[in-house]
Amino acid sequence: MAVLTGLAWLLLCQSAGEVLTRLFGLPLPGPVVGMLLLLLALRWPRIRAPVGAVADALLAHLSLLFVPVGVGVMTHLGLLSQYGLRMLMAIVVSTWIGLAVTAVVLRLLLRRRPPSMEPAEQAE
Amino acid sequence: MQDFVQLWVYLSTTPLFGLTATIVTYVLAQALYLCVGQAPWANPVLWTVLVLAVLLTLSGTPYPTYFSGAQFIHFLLGPAVVALAWPLWQRRAELRQRAAAIVLAGLAGGAAASASAVAIGWALGLPNDLLRSLAPKSVTAPVAMGIAEQIGGIPALAAVFAVLTGLIGAVSGKYLFDAIGGLSMRERGFALGTSAHGIGAARAMQVNADAGAYAGLALGVQVVLAALLMPLVARWF
Repeated sequence: MAVLTGLAWLLLCQSAGEVLTRLFGLPLPGPVVGMLLLLLALRWPRIRAPVGAVADALLAHLSLLFVPVGVGVMTHLGLLSQYGLRMLMAIVVSTWIGLAVTAVVLRLLLRRRPPSMEPAEQAE
Repeated sequence: MQDFVQLWVYLSTTPLFGLTATIVTYVLAQALYLCVGQAPWANPVLWTVLVLAVLLTLSGTPYPTYFSGAQFIHFLLGPAVVALAWPLWQRRAELRQRAAAIVLAGLAGGAAASASAVAIGWALGLPNDLLRSLAPKSVTAPVAMGIAEQIGGIPALAAVFAVLTGLIGAVSGKYLFDAIGGLSMRERGFALGTSAHGIGAARAMQVNADAGAYAGLALGVQVVLAALLMPLVARWF
């Protein structure tokens, strides 16, 4: 039942997100607004257990959700045979650049904090 | 034999087929992945996609027929994006304390991934609509589709690019991080979530709890940053 209640919260937030996006012409996709709404709603302790149960289950199998779109590669074989190698090069190299830049920048920023803040990190 | 063919023709056109094929193949791929100690090359999404694409091609099943069943799984991408609020909420103290570092690193990595993809594609002479579909490739598939639509790309292609990006990140990230050296689990996880979105984050969550938490954080940050900024930046081109 907790999972069902949690799913109801996710769907409610997503629907509210879609409504707000359409109503005010927001530049954000509906589910992203839904995520921000849920972040606000989680201040209410009663919904935390059910939302946590369904979110953990969904996010644990997150990669399964990409399979239907991934199989869609087969419908673009024409484009792929024409530009495949060049597209693959752009995707592979830029993914590595993104990974390296993110990891190195985060390392620089996290390790330059003054030592006086370290105990606070321990407490957390 | 005739009966069997008729049965197959019937079954392969019902939504039951796409849904069953997806979940059964994924469960088998997941078992293989665990069998080989979660080696990056055995990524379950990669093998599920390959096996299903070959299966559909060999049996002559059109993609829309498959998707009529698989859409029930595809639909859950929306609620999954909403569910990202949960890891963000759990890590809210950390998020508040390190907000500047987290947002800056997410911004730098996301911008580097998107700009380098478009720049390389442009240098290699890819047409404009492909470049516009490449731009949101580091954002999780459903959001990438929305952004591509806004900036004049092809949504279906953007989703495929996003899945490929996630797979490449999940399969090769470990080796790249080892080559750079001296990276903690949270830095690795955050980089996977930023540059390889949901598929990279799924990999991080399987390998290490710390890496997984930071990957979830990165995923949430990246979705908001990209959805807000990418349409603005795309106006200049």
